[in-house]
Amino acid sequence: MSRAVIRDSLSISIAVGTYGAAFGVASVAAGLSLLQTCALSLLLFSGASQFAVAGVLGAGGSAVSAIMASALLALRNGFYGARMAPLLQVRGVKRLLASQITIDESTAIALAHEQSSKDDARKGFWLTGGGIYLFWNLATLLGALGANALGDPAQWGLDATIPAAFLGLLWPRLTNTRARLVAVGSVALALILTPLLSPGLPIIACVLIPIIAGWRVRS
Amino acid sequence: MIWSAVIGASLLAFAFKYLGQSIPQSALAHPRIAKIADLIPTALLAGLVAVQTFANKSELVVDQRLAGLAVAAIALYLRANFLVMLIAATVTSAILHQI
Repeated sequence: MSRAVIRDSLSISIAVGTYGAAFGVASVAAGLSLLQTCALSLLLFSGASQFAVAGVLGAGGSAVSAIMASALLALRNGFYGARMAPLLQVRGVKRLLASQITIDESTAIALAHEQSSKDDARKGFWLTGGGIYLFWNLATLLGALGANALGDPAQWGLDATIPAAFLGLLWPRLTNTRARLVAVGSVALALILTPLLSPGLPIIACVLIPIIAGWRVRS
Repeated sequence: MIWSAVIGASLLAFAFKYLGQSIPQSALAHPRIAKIADLIPTALLAGLVAVQTFANKSELVVDQRLAGLAVAAIALYLRANFLVMLIAATVTSAILHQI
């Protein structure tokens, strides 16, 4: 295996893993307990979905709204899995493990190395997914412990942490006009629906915008 | 109630990941489905930014969170690191909360 794969995988693992601290802080600030916060990182293990659960519950949304928002964001992991399966060729317990670490970054590393070496691509997937899993969970615990010690979230500015985190996750997706229009339309729809529906539902309604925008794609 | 959200969201996310690994890739290859799936995170994340910034339960309000978000946007425009951006937004909101 080439050294570039090890270097790429490790640096991404540490960089992305440390963001788990931000999730730990935000989740506790949203009202989840230390145990619930750590359970999300261990079991759910998909950043945007985890922030969605904390965000929707923190805003007073129901458990069903939180699950739906999280699930809609997690759909893409299914597409990553379908893309990775022919490369990984794993069964049984290994497929269960591979599934859990099928996230944005492990898929991206594998795709980046797939052209040059299938073996590097596979190693990159496992190293990056496993590395992020380790650092993400450690950082979540540290972030949650830190936030627990702070007290009132708004006093420390933590009420701005979750929207800023969502903006940070959204930013790299705004690369073309269609994506930007979808984002603007979703902001407008969510704000129009906020006074009309119970918390959490306006976010789920945003799924209508990509269905309208994506329907017109030619096959 | 929080636990049911934690467990339910985790189970569904794992189900999607595992199903993706297990079904033939061609089932998800339709261009319309692929395009919609690609845009769903963009829509939800944008909706979440809006609601988390302006909503107070079912009310729309403008408060220190908007200032935090504006600073976050500037930081992202300047290609700041994710954690630096979050800290800048958080500190901005904290300062405005004090005054």
